[in-house]
Amino acid sequence: MCGIVGLLVRNQKMRDSIGELMLPMLIGMTERGPDSAGLAIFGSPVGADERKFSLYSGTDDFNWTKLGHEFEKHLSIKAKVQPKANHAVLITSLDPETVKIWLKEHYPQLHLLSVGQLMDIYKDVGTPAQVAERYDFKNLKGTHLVGHTRMATESAITPAHAHPFTAGEDWCLVHNGSLSNAHSLRRKLEYQGIEFETDNDTEAACRYLQWRMREGDDLETALHHGFEELDGFYTLLMGTSNQLALVRDPFGCKPAIIAEHDDYVAIASEFRSLAHLPDIKNAKVFEPSPMEMYVWKL
Amino acid sequence: METLKYDLDVTPLREINQFLHSDASTLNGKSVVIENPNGAHNIAVGLKAELDITIKGHAGYYAAGMNQIAKVTIEGSAGSGVAENMMSGVVHVKGFASNAAAATANGGLLIIDGDAGLRTAIALKGADVVVGGSVGSFSAFMAQAGNFVILGDAGEGLGDSIYEAKIFVRGKVKSLGADCEKKTTSAEDRKILADLLIKSGHADVNPDSFQQYGSARTLYHFHVDNAGAY
Repeated sequence: MCGIVGLLVRNQKMRDSIGELMLPMLIGMTERGPDSAGLAIFGSPVGADERKFSLYSGTDDFNWTKLGHEFEKHLSIKAKVQPKANHAVLITSLDPETVKIWLKEHYPQLHLLSVGQLMDIYKDVGTPAQVAERYDFKNLKGTHLVGHTRMATESAITPAHAHPFTAGEDWCLVHNGSLSNAHSLRRKLEYQGIEFETDNDTEAACRYLQWRMREGDDLETALHHGFEELDGFYTLLMGTSNQLALVRDPFGCKPAIIAEHDDYVAIASEFRSLAHLPDIKNAKVFEPSPMEMYVWKL
Repeated sequence: METLKYDLDVTPLREINQFLHSDASTLNGKSVVIENPNGAHNIAVGLKAELDITIKGHAGYYAAGMNQIAKVTIEGSAGSGVAENMMSGVVHVKGFASNAAAATANGGLLIIDGDAGLRTAIALKGADVVVGGSVGSFSAFMAQAGNFVILGDAGEGLGDSIYEAKIFVRGKVKSLGADCEKKTTSAEDRKILADLLIKSGHADVNPDSFQQYGSARTLYHFHVDNAGAY
């Protein structure tokens, strides 16, 4: 199983309460995914020359202040570090490659979850309610988000195996389902120089799309190639800087339901995660068709 | 008629379902309204009394599954497996239904006003199913008996490996499954179709606007020419 949720808030006034709106959606998917949860939020952008680096330490007592000082000292550049439990967001104008190399050299125990100008990622083991509490999901502000609750079936339960996965700046993906050709896909992609962080099947799908887009595909073309290459069951929900996109496998094996309202677009694996949304009675509620691409822009 | 009201925000589903499983003699003739279903699974499953149930909103998985005798109306949409393995009675979904509606249903009538998902009426065993909208791919797969009326279109592989169920489609069929073929509608079958259209609130629809499909019966027996396929 696994649960997915997505929310894109059209009403400007409601964007400050996106976390509060989303929280019952994520918790509503607890039965589908009780072992880990994660979320990518697209919030306010950093400066034009800056980037956010979402980092995961694994321990609550990690000294983020020290990391910030060392970073500034070694690289002679300004950096802001915003810790949240065992995650932190590092903001700097240094180019991503140099930051990645520095992190790998000085803090190999840290996981770099995402890079971008808008997107922060939080993911961890625990029930959706526990993870939401740990990272204060309720008070998140932003325009859109994707979330996931995981019931692991094919690889270990660790924070790194939790969703969302990223494939490029301000780009993330969550998955409900299982892929039967994840390993062969992975072997193929590694020949193309694509690096993997886990043995998770979703990561294989994510890296596949990353590779296709590196080769010049836009998202839609990449997903069309995906229909040919990805073997298994999937509902995939993707977030980019200005849109959410959803596809289901040709057999519609994994569920999804959509509510379109003047104020928001909400996506979940099941209606029970949408039931609490304001004025849901007047939303257009429908089930997406298999092999069709649904895109909602900000 | 006595009407009982339950609110799923207040009363746990198990308590409601247990009440609905009381001795039939105490339930017969009662109407029950279930408010705030909010997509909960297994609402009003396994009924076997003359009950008239109204679910005031969207239901989750397996709503009215295994139904006998009772009439269940879902005012919103239904999740996967609505009226699965129904034996008798009527289940009416006013919105759309997700995958595998009426799977293996033996008897009774399932009416879906909107669209239905993939694998609708899969392994149908004798129930009647009327869909006001379109149905997804692989519908009526291995359907054995019963009647399946589709006012809209059908997806891919309709009636794959079908036995003796009858399918009537008013719209387009994307593709037929193995051993499913067009049939000429007999006077007897036309009457079945006309009656079902009336029962499901489509009395205004002309039965002659449907194309019937059924089994070509080429898969019923082993054929030596197919030996290579095994």
